Amino acid sequence: MIDFQGYGPRLLDGALLTFELAVLSLILAVALGLLAASAKLSGSRLAHGVATFYTTVVRGVPDLVLMMLLFYGGQIGVNMLTDQLYYAFDIDIFININAFVAGVVTIGFIFGAYMSETFRGAFLAVEEGQMEAARAYGMSGWLAFRRIRFPLMMRHALPGLGNNWMVLLKTTALVSIIGLTDMVRVAAEATKATHEPFLFMIPVALGYLAITSVSELVMLWLRKRYDTGFEEQD
Amino acid sequence: MNRLSPRLVGALLLPMLLGAGVSVQADEAAADGEERDIVRIAVDVPYPPMEYRTPEGELTGFDIDLGNALCERAQFECTWVVQNWDGIIPGLMARKYDAIMSSMRITEARSRRVLFTEPYALSPKVWVARQGRDIDIADRAGLKELNVGVQRGTTQDRYVTERYGDVLDIRRYATADDVAVDMQSGRLDLAFLNYPVALDTLQITRPESDFTQLGPRINSPQSIFGKGNAIAVRPYDRALAEAFNRALDDVYRDGTFERLMQRYFDYDIRPPSRD
Amino acid sequence: MQQWLTEIAPWLAQNDIFTPATLAQYWQGLVNTVQLVFISLLVGVVLAVPLAIARGSRWPWLKWPIWFYTYIFRGTPLLIQLYLAYYGFAFIPGIQETWLWFFIDDPTYPALLAFTLNTAAYTTEIFRGAIKATPRGEIEAARAYGMSKVLAYRRIILPSAFRRALPAYGNEVIFMLHASAIASVVTIMDLTGAAYYVYARFYSPFPAFIFVALVYMALSFGIQGIFRQLEKRMLRHLRSGS
Repeated sequence: MIDFQGYGPRLLDGALLTFELAVLSLILAVALGLLAASAKLSGSRLAHGVATFYTTVVRGVPDLVLMMLLFYGGQIGVNMLTDQLYYAFDIDIFININAFVAGVVTIGFIFGAYMSETFRGAFLAVEEGQMEAARAYGMSGWLAFRRIRFPLMMRHALPGLGNNWMVLLKTTALVSIIGLTDMVRVAAEATKATHEPFLFMIPVALGYLAITSVSELVMLWLRKRYDTGFEEQD
Repeated sequence: MNRLSPRLVGALLLPMLLGAGVSVQADEAAADGEERDIVRIAVDVPYPPMEYRTPEGELTGFDIDLGNALCERAQFECTWVVQNWDGIIPGLMARKYDAIMSSMRITEARSRRVLFTEPYALSPKVWVARQGRDIDIADRAGLKELNVGVQRGTTQDRYVTERYGDVLDIRRYATADDVAVDMQSGRLDLAFLNYPVALDTLQITRPESDFTQLGPRINSPQSIFGKGNAIAVRPYDRALAEAFNRALDDVYRDGTFERLMQRYFDYDIRPPSRD
Repeated sequence: MQQWLTEIAPWLAQNDIFTPATLAQYWQGLVNTVQLVFISLLVGVVLAVPLAIARGSRWPWLKWPIWFYTYIFRGTPLLIQLYLAYYGFAFIPGIQETWLWFFIDDPTYPALLAFTLNTAAYTTEIFRGAIKATPRGEIEAARAYGMSKVLAYRRIILPSAFRRALPAYGNEVIFMLHASAIASVVTIMDLTGAAYYVYARFYSPFPAFIFVALVYMALSFGIQGIFRQLEKRMLRHLRSGS
């Protein structure tokens, strides 16, 4: 057994935090991505403009810089809002965005932009005839989305989604720089204390590889599922 | 044309808002100056022996012990928040916590942003080099080609930048620990550190240590190093600063300060105002 | 230029953050970022071309180690690779006395090592995909002309693969520019390092980071524009129908 010199439990905690952070950010990113893709495809010029601005900014600025801006700026922005509430309506609340929430929001926000491109393409790839058929069956908008458009769209979105997930997972390592104790942060602290970089960094690297490898298997299974009813193509 | 109904957009938006997961809490004394019970104090770790974490992850150190003693006197319920040095003042202004107690020097630039209590300690700064290296700090010409490690944004950073920026290659690190690590690896020729930190991480006074102090301990000019370390609060939280000041008087008077000082240091760290 | 300077001079005098000193800091950061990214990309491409060809080889002892290399470097965060490059060699006992120390001493070389190996891994896979997608007809035509394998690669397969790889490679270049922001954690004064410095000095995150974000954005769009032009020129033959 490897001797982690007392850092074992903290490394495990860090791994758990990395995983939770990644999964929650993914959920937020998918939601934001669907929203931004919808906005881009909606007829509204304003929605289209806002969504385009959002994806352009995110794709032009490094994740780390965005993280610094959102992590500190986010709290200041929320405070300005609550201060206004206090002055205007005498409602005194303080919303504390803790580091973990800030991490989730930041990574979700960044990857929402990438997801929106994936979803936009996938929305467009669904044949309109399918939706017309759904309407002809008398399905409501939401039902038609859930039963018809979403499953059909997912088939096209999956490869991009999988790709984004892998990049997102690796991006979570950056939260160690802004002070969250994920597994990279614990490994870095341990490295500096013990001067054993390989002892701590390699298991953490293996942790990432384990998550990506399992994800790849899940993607394969999902792809098969959403491919049901379509002919095998090359 | 592929259009989506507004209802659909709404349906997608709702779980997002609910899922944002912010914790809402009332802030007892945000504006009304009423005595607050919970005080959140930020520290930057590791900065041994002032504040650091045990391998198990527990916070400890001189600032932590003194801070807890002060909170007991002032009857605050204190919680400690770990915050990177880089963001420690913006975090205070952003109300992520109510005070900073992290060996922060009172300086003019900082005083423009935050309100300081009376100084509670004065830790000198010191030049450190590897044992046996022949370096003379006073000989500026001899410093060319050498590098020095400092923690970014500290008074040490400012001192080295202003006094030696033209001769030394300055490498700025996120934490003081990183500076010590690169002294040990041999990447750095010099380090300019807080004296207690240099004692603890590089053991500069031990004869068997690889590192040694160069020149005297440095505490001046006051325009850079200030009057000492103090607790920082938001400018409008005067009541909180006053409460800390009263508690400080108490711990100096009843010997608690001296007891804590002796636990961590074998030299005097009392600021001039308390001598 | 002169007039422009005299116009912004009063504005510069009023604000206490964007002084000539901090602007010089940002400029130095820009130079460092561009150097770091450019050298990594250049060496990365030089490494990636033979690796991509060998990755498609029939010999397992050639193919699998390369697969393993790209798998590891693409599957783990660049930050870990950077930490390993920076701290990994520094603590090997006695290394200070060897000639290798010259490269370990300066933080630029470990960062270059990590960045280069990382981008080479991604670029290998991009080229690999592009080579694999070479239309069979092109290869058969080369064979029919009696070209040797080496000649066919040089004249037919690689040029055609490069063109196909261009859009994906453009993304990789921008990705590398953004990823290079972590160089600041090993004390390199790149653009982000300069922003950190200004931020730590004046305690206000917004001006320091928004300014640097705009610089990165300008660089990103510049790169994007260059690649669009390149694509237009080099992929012209593919759009003959439109």
